[in-house]
Amino acid sequence: MSFYLALLAVIAALASALLPLICPGNSRAIKIIAFPLLGLSGVSSVLGGGMALLRGVTHSLTLPVGLPWLHCQLRLDPLSGFFLLVVGLVTLVAAIYGPAYVREYQQGPQPLLPLTLFTGLFVAGMDLVLLAADAFSFMISWELMSVTSYFLVAYQHQHEVNRRSAFIYLLMAQVGGLFILLGFGVLAGFGGGFDFSAMSRVVLPAGWATVAFVLAFIGFGMKAGIVPLHVWLPQAHPVAPSHISALMSGVMLKVAVYGFIRFTYHLLGGIHWQWGGLVLFVGSASAVLGVLYALMQHDLKRLLAYHSVENIGIIYIGLGLSMIFAGTGHPALAALGLIAALYHCLNHALFKSLLFFGAGVILQQTHEHDLERMGGLIHRMPVTATCFLVGCISISALPPFNGFVSEWLTFQTALQGPILNNHIMAALIPVAAAVLALTGALAAACFVKVFGVCFLGLPRSERSAAACETTLGPRIGQVILALLCLLFGVLPTWTVTQLETVAKQFFPAGMPETTAHGWLWLTPVSPEVASYGAPLVLLGISLAWLLAWLWLHPRRKRTPVRISPAWDCGFGPLNARMQYTATAFSMPIRRIFRPVWPITESYQKPGAEERGGRYRLQVGDWAWLRVYEPIGRLVSATARRVAMIQGGNIRAYLAYSFFTLIFLLWVVSL
Amino acid sequence: MSGWILAILQTGLLVFGAPFLAGWVKWVKCRLQARQGPPPWQPYRDLLRLFKKEVVVAESASPIFRIAPYVVFSVTALACSVVPMVAVGLPSAAIADVIVLVGFFALGRFFIALAGMDVGTAFGGMGSSREMTIASLAEPAMLMGVFTLAMTVHSTNLATMIGYLLAAPFQLYPSFVFAAMGLMLVAVAETGRIPVDNPATHLELTMVHEAMILEYSGRHLALMEWGAMLKLMIYGVLLANLFCPWGVAVDYAPLPLLLGLAAITGKLLLLGTALAVAETGLAKMRLFRVPQYLGLAFILCLLGMLSHVILEMN
Repeated sequence: MSFYLALLAVIAALASALLPLICPGNSRAIKIIAFPLLGLSGVSSVLGGGMALLRGVTHSLTLPVGLPWLHCQLRLDPLSGFFLLVVGLVTLVAAIYGPAYVREYQQGPQPLLPLTLFTGLFVAGMDLVLLAADAFSFMISWELMSVTSYFLVAYQHQHEVNRRSAFIYLLMAQVGGLFILLGFGVLAGFGGGFDFSAMSRVVLPAGWATVAFVLAFIGFGMKAGIVPLHVWLPQAHPVAPSHISALMSGVMLKVAVYGFIRFTYHLLGGIHWQWGGLVLFVGSASAVLGVLYALMQHDLKRLLAYHSVENIGIIYIGLGLSMIFAGTGHPALAALGLIAALYHCLNHALFKSLLFFGAGVILQQTHEHDLERMGGLIHRMPVTATCFLVGCISISALPPFNGFVSEWLTFQTALQGPILNNHIMAALIPVAAAVLALTGALAAACFVKVFGVCFLGLPRSERSAAACETTLGPRIGQVILALLCLLFGVLPTWTVTQLETVAKQFFPAGMPETTAHGWLWLTPVSPEVASYGAPLVLLGISLAWLLAWLWLHPRRKRTPVRISPAWDCGFGPLNARMQYTATAFSMPIRRIFRPVWPITESYQKPGAEERGGRYRLQVGDWAWLRVYEPIGRLVSATARRVAMIQGGNIRAYLAYSFFTLIFLLWVVSL
Repeated sequence: MSGWILAILQTGLLVFGAPFLAGWVKWVKCRLQARQGPPPWQPYRDLLRLFKKEVVVAESASPIFRIAPYVVFSVTALACSVVPMVAVGLPSAAIADVIVLVGFFALGRFFIALAGMDVGTAFGGMGSSREMTIASLAEPAMLMGVFTLAMTVHSTNLATMIGYLLAAPFQLYPSFVFAAMGLMLVAVAETGRIPVDNPATHLELTMVHEAMILEYSGRHLALMEWGAMLKLMIYGVLLANLFCPWGVAVDYAPLPLLLGLAAITGKLLLLGTALAVAETGLAKMRLFRVPQYLGLAFILCLLGMLSHVILEMN
């Protein structure tokens, strides 16, 4: 049953892509056909994935398509079920949110058809990646996902910056795909087949296993956006339509994490702790650099994209810890780390898509990308502001919302580090935990900046002052996600019980102690070591609030609140330019962590006629300057050198052919 | 059941005792500076007066501005319920471990900082920016210190930690010495005392916490001020009971409880005096010296963790 629902999800997504082709010119009909089918795909993948996860069973199926000797194999186990659930949730909300959002494009220069066509194919591609059970169909689905998302990023291709961003994305997706292909190649070479079950049976020699691991780590990491392979994210996310950004950031990155888990835990097996060390290091670096770069951004969607780098870092910290414990013979702790990472995958999908949906509403209502031109939006968009606030609290890892639970589980896993016999690792793991703490605190600072500058204070531009609340569809979509953020924050024990099913696939004993003390308590390792009663926290906060309110309410009746203008220190009326800006807010952090960013800052004194000086601040990305630009220059220089053989002389070309032939004959004769 | 009643009583004691500690620090400080000073119970009078006063809210303020005092107060009050002050082993202590406690403080701070930015004046934004910067440096140092302790006692549950230390024979752990020094520095920064912030000032160049709550009045201001006092009290109790746990009641007979109450009162008065002495002797730092100060705190906690790994493991 669950498997057929998963197939239905794929078919519905394909239908949502292809059915509108019958009426290409009628954008109203396209909307009526495409979005409900996308929603159906979301619902059926939530149901199918959820059932596979709850029941903990595996179904497989061989489709009579594909290569003659390798039919397309599909399989649904708890791991793919969990990720299918995540994909389905966000797809469903995107289908609720989308119709109102694309209304703007109906009047624009682009036809609507490419958007719905590639969205449907993109979702189908993601679903198929999760279901694929052989390397061949995995790669085909993977490329379907990559290429269709390229077209989605390039949807508004009349702007040059969008074309450039989309090209960089495509380039990196293809290079990443190549690494993954090579990784599968190593496995297939030893396993004698492209079939996942054949691959998982074989045990590789340590050297080759490490080669395969590194290839997969780079390949999947490129899609997931770990530092320094993250540069496509801040380019591609801001230019894609917002519900696509939500799908790409919320879900597609998770599909890359799925690929990494599937490859490392299932196909490769026999994890070495050194791999975990690498993953932990890269994860910590991604987390802290992602949030530091995010702090300096003023384009809301680019800022959110850098936060995706941060959150992928946090997921990789969990995975790294899990792999370290798995490699040193502590399966229960390895299961705990994996549960923490999976929980964060779910949480990030929820709050990041919520934030991208919110950013989309702001963009649609104000037409402003820049934080410095927003302000005071909470007065005009109360629902969006409330949902966005929930997203901000969740991503900042504050209790009792969902982001906190997964980070807390990651901390608890890290605190078990001293169990290792390797004292260097035992000392380094707490440092990684401190990096995680720094990340969380900086994320809170960043989202105070975002919410404070965007929604609070006075409007900084006319368009922000004239904004109004969005229509029903986007509001419902955001409210659903905000409620889920609270729900998964308050019911962690139930969620962890379900995630344990996935962990049991790789560590059969699981981590039963975590959920052994009833639904109120989350007790990783044991109740003496640590406990967290999330429902009680919510109850306690509400109770204290109620007491304070009951006590103060009679006073409120006696002396009502007086509304008056803000105190202006006697200097005349306050205006919007007197407020702290986003640049000013992040200035202390910019000064403290100065070497982290390539910054060019200049101040031009006012001329004779001008009233104010000009201050210019540019914050770049070291990864571009130190990694990609040298590579780009090297490629161009090599291409120029190689071009020398292309002289245009026919006799030279004949000579090349002749010598190549001779060389090949020699090779053949060996 | 008696455990829950005791937990509620202890929480009430913490919540209603906090203004006295703040008043005590102020009184000792005034005496050290050869001033008469208000009596230690002056904060109670101040709070009562503020609760009676009219609330004035700026026109540009949003609902966040009105919600924030309640969130800050209720979260801090909940944090009080998990801190073992007089007795360990109370059922409320299991709700949250020390990492969640740090999360509670972060949630309160998030809302204070938002409230600071809400009205749209320059002061509020300035205070929020500074507060979030200082907090983002203090939090890793704090957790590093906590991890050092947690590694020794194999737990992050405050009650278990203190219970373990009470049960174990007295032993001077080098890691604890470092962690105590580091956490003390963090506590000074987190509670907004000299040399990081000055609770007595209203000069724009030096304000952090006061700048964020500048627009508040009446009962809203009272809740905010009370929340700050609670935070000082919680950090005081944590430092006192984690590094000097003697006297904390292990069973709930009246005599040990009274003893525990006397012990924590004495410890807090001593800590308050030490804070007053430090505040009298030190000047407030420039904002951009604070990272070095918190860096020192982090290094001390890191040294504590390393000395635990090198000297105390096995």
